[in-house]
Amino acid sequence: MPPMLRRARDTLFWSLCAGALLLVVAPALAIIGSLLQQAWPVLGLRLLTTTTAVNGLQNAILGTLVLCLGILILAGPVGIAAGIYLAEFGPRRRSSWLRLGSETLAGIPSIVVGYVAYLVLDEEMHWGYSLLAGILALSTIVLPYIVKTTEIALRQVPTTLREGARALGLPRVTTLRRVLLPPAIPGIASGLVVALAISVGETAPLLYTVGFSDRNPTPDLFQHPVGYLTYVVFLNATLPTRQEHEVAAAAGVVIVVLLLALIATGRAIVRRAARHAAQMTA
Amino acid sequence: MRLRLRQRSSTGLGADDDLSRTDRVVRALLLLTALIPVLALLFLAAEMVNSAVPALVYAGGDLFTQQLFTFGNLYATAETVSHGIHAPLGAAYGALPFIVGTLLSSAIALAIAVPISVGAVLALVERVPRRFQPALSVFLELLAGIPSVAYGFWGILYFGPALAQHLYPALSRLGVVLPFMRGPVGAGEGLLTAAVILAVMIIPIIAATTRELVRTVPVLAKEGAVALGMTPYETARTVTLPFIRNGILAASVLGWARALGETMAVLMISGDLLNALPANIYSPFSTIAATIVDLLDSALTDPTGMAVHALAAIGLILLAITLATNLAGRVIIRRVTTGVLPVGRGI
Repeated sequence: MPPMLRRARDTLFWSLCAGALLLVVAPALAIIGSLLQQAWPVLGLRLLTTTTAVNGLQNAILGTLVLCLGILILAGPVGIAAGIYLAEFGPRRRSSWLRLGSETLAGIPSIVVGYVAYLVLDEEMHWGYSLLAGILALSTIVLPYIVKTTEIALRQVPTTLREGARALGLPRVTTLRRVLLPPAIPGIASGLVVALAISVGETAPLLYTVGFSDRNPTPDLFQHPVGYLTYVVFLNATLPTRQEHEVAAAAGVVIVVLLLALIATGRAIVRRAARHAAQMTA
Repeated sequence: MRLRLRQRSSTGLGADDDLSRTDRVVRALLLLTALIPVLALLFLAAEMVNSAVPALVYAGGDLFTQQLFTFGNLYATAETVSHGIHAPLGAAYGALPFIVGTLLSSAIALAIAVPISVGAVLALVERVPRRFQPALSVFLELLAGIPSVAYGFWGILYFGPALAQHLYPALSRLGVVLPFMRGPVGAGEGLLTAAVILAVMIIPIIAATTRELVRTVPVLAKEGAVALGMTPYETARTVTLPFIRNGILAASVLGWARALGETMAVLMISGDLLNALPANIYSPFSTIAATIVDLLDSALTDPTGMAVHALAAIGLILLAITLATNLAGRVIIRRVTTGVLPVGRGI
């Protein structure tokens, strides 16, 4: 093939690739842009001080935060503990089965989780629309991610540290607590960040488990529906008036802001860990 | 002190003879937590099967072959009996349109998302200067994190109408050669719009994995290609892409599984066509996941409870399809890498 044709083909290929990159960047900008454009007239402090009953977002924001807190309390410890077992304690074969189970759980559609949670918790156990049912459903969805990141974080701790601790005759639990966990903490924390990012954006598992309420969340775990941000986007987007669309978009903007904060937190954790690791090897 | 060389049968700290009592207690507690995901998985599957059985018996093979899906007359006193199961008068649970809609929308999404992901990642890793890469990667994280309902909002208010106005009329001219491309193109709610949005949603999954894969391609092989006088395109085609082909396949399968189970965005953009197969690629349709959310409310009013069972039955089909694709994806991933790849919708 003549060189000129080869060069032309090269240019064509990389132009297509650049176009593809543009197609990845553009939708994110377009979505955020359209949310901002719709939400512009209602963006303001009023969103934080009034509830969805009067086109504010206070109850939805608080509800989303309460759900996130629930995830941290429930799925956090369980997922981290399970990850520790898989990385440090499990016999190889058993770990591999447990890992497969956890990864398969991650593949279950969230609506299936929501459906079962609704049938069992809300109906059969008579919890009604309840905060705890929502937290359990969401926890089931994010658990595999926490397990996975914890396991990866521990695996990245050099084996020499384990051998050194072993040579000193440290009990396993002490080795874990004093030697292995500290360097793994950034990895574990970024797993929790991923879990929170998923929780902030989920709708399907919550629709029929926590329901929705125009009031601020209460400490009641049972029988009390709770409002959350994604529901506002979903419901208001299908309502007819412009003002309802604006509130939907505003809820979307709040979610994106929370998301950006989580992404920034994740990056800060990773960066700090990298600096720390560099100091340790220096 | 004993010194024993031994095959490491366990991971990490190892399960050995010299565990203290605390070690044993902690290990047992950790094992209990490690069992929770597996137990949750089994529980979910068992509940779905359990709840689906009456509808599966009632519908039999009709579930996979019939197009009519109706809860029947919920106010009638008469009942329809099929295979010994009682359901409201006229109830029929044919799920073919939902199955077709689920498979079709996710397949189109995959066909769009894979080339874009791979192309974008090649451009990002091979051509974009290293210091701009983190900034551009943020967009992948954003796309992964933007909630399904925000995609839906954007789809119904902006993107769908824009496609219907500007792109679809042009596409419908292809109808001369490809009959399913023929109009009417509708207002932007339907199969193609949903598939495009699904594509955008699974791009981060495929792209993030592909990015890690491209970075694992040995530099030496690439340098060899350059030394042979290959252009960057030829290097990509003969070195980089063959090296990561199986990984891309695995990532695509995982992305596909995500598209199969996606609920809210599809529900908002699908146009909700019941009891019929889509007539062309712009036609309204529905998926299993969207239908469950959409109909669960009214299913609860069925006094015989069969409607809820029927939704469980289609949910079970969805569960079977997604689990099969997921397992396939993971098997391929395990075969191609020993390392750890980013999994799922993770940032």
